[in-house]
Amino acid sequence: MLSCKEITALVSESMDRRLPFGQRLAVRLHLMICRFCSRYRRQLLAVRASVGRYVEEMESSNGLNPFSLSEEARSRIRQALAGQSGSQ
Amino acid sequence: MSPDPEKWLDEHGDYLFGYAFARLQDRGVAEDMVQETLLAALEAKDRFEGRSSERTWLVGILKHKILDHLRSHSREIPVTEPLEPDGEMEALFDERGKWKEGSAPWRDDPQSFLHHKEFWNTLVQCLEELPGRLGQVFALRELEGLGTNEISNLFGVTSTNLGVLLYRARMRLRRCLEINWLGEKPRSK
Repeated sequence: MLSCKEITALVSESMDRRLPFGQRLAVRLHLMICRFCSRYRRQLLAVRASVGRYVEEMESSNGLNPFSLSEEARSRIRQALAGQSGSQ
Repeated sequence: MSPDPEKWLDEHGDYLFGYAFARLQDRGVAEDMVQETLLAALEAKDRFEGRSSERTWLVGILKHKILDHLRSHSREIPVTEPLEPDGEMEALFDERGKWKEGSAPWRDDPQSFLHHKEFWNTLVQCLEELPGRLGQVFALRELEGLGTNEISNLFGVTSTNLGVLLYRARMRLRRCLEINWLGEKPRSK
């Protein structure tokens, strides 16, 4: 019988590749009786789903991006661009 | 219609920065990536044919810059010390490998994360707090959607070790999100 520690590692692995049948079965049986491990799995899936959608929606909606260039960086980049344009 | 470098910075600068920062978790490097991207775009502007949107084109360049950066630094800064036991992870389980204290149910429906810029802010902050380069490893897998082979090649780690790194990253990130955003007890401000 695998422990929660081993099962959570397998759940993480299952996010990256298909587990062999025996491990898949062991995980499924464990999740049926373990509230915390199945919650762990749901949470990993929820994070993946929201990250995926967020990344997708951010591209079209500027309002979703909380980060911005500092004024300093912005003017440094502006200068670099101007220098480069001038030399062409 | 020719692309306008002046406008790139105004219209896409913050987006490109946010994109790079979420994946690298380093402001200085993210700024450099934006600059390199715009310079490379300027150089190649004659080849921009307007088949994709300007933003998509710029992001394409930025992705390359980010991967190049990670690749060239993976030898200088090892992804992790030779995998030592992770104390914080060990502390979650008792000596028989059972959860000491399981997680609380999350208070929010994942769908509703979308309306909160703070969700993204918290996520990136949590990635920033992960030790070593775990945050970058996680970002390549879950934000960038790269396959595990590609990531282990990029960082020069075995696929077994990458599995351990991803496990640790997920476990810690889950915990950090729970404490700062999703758990029963929201962070007091």
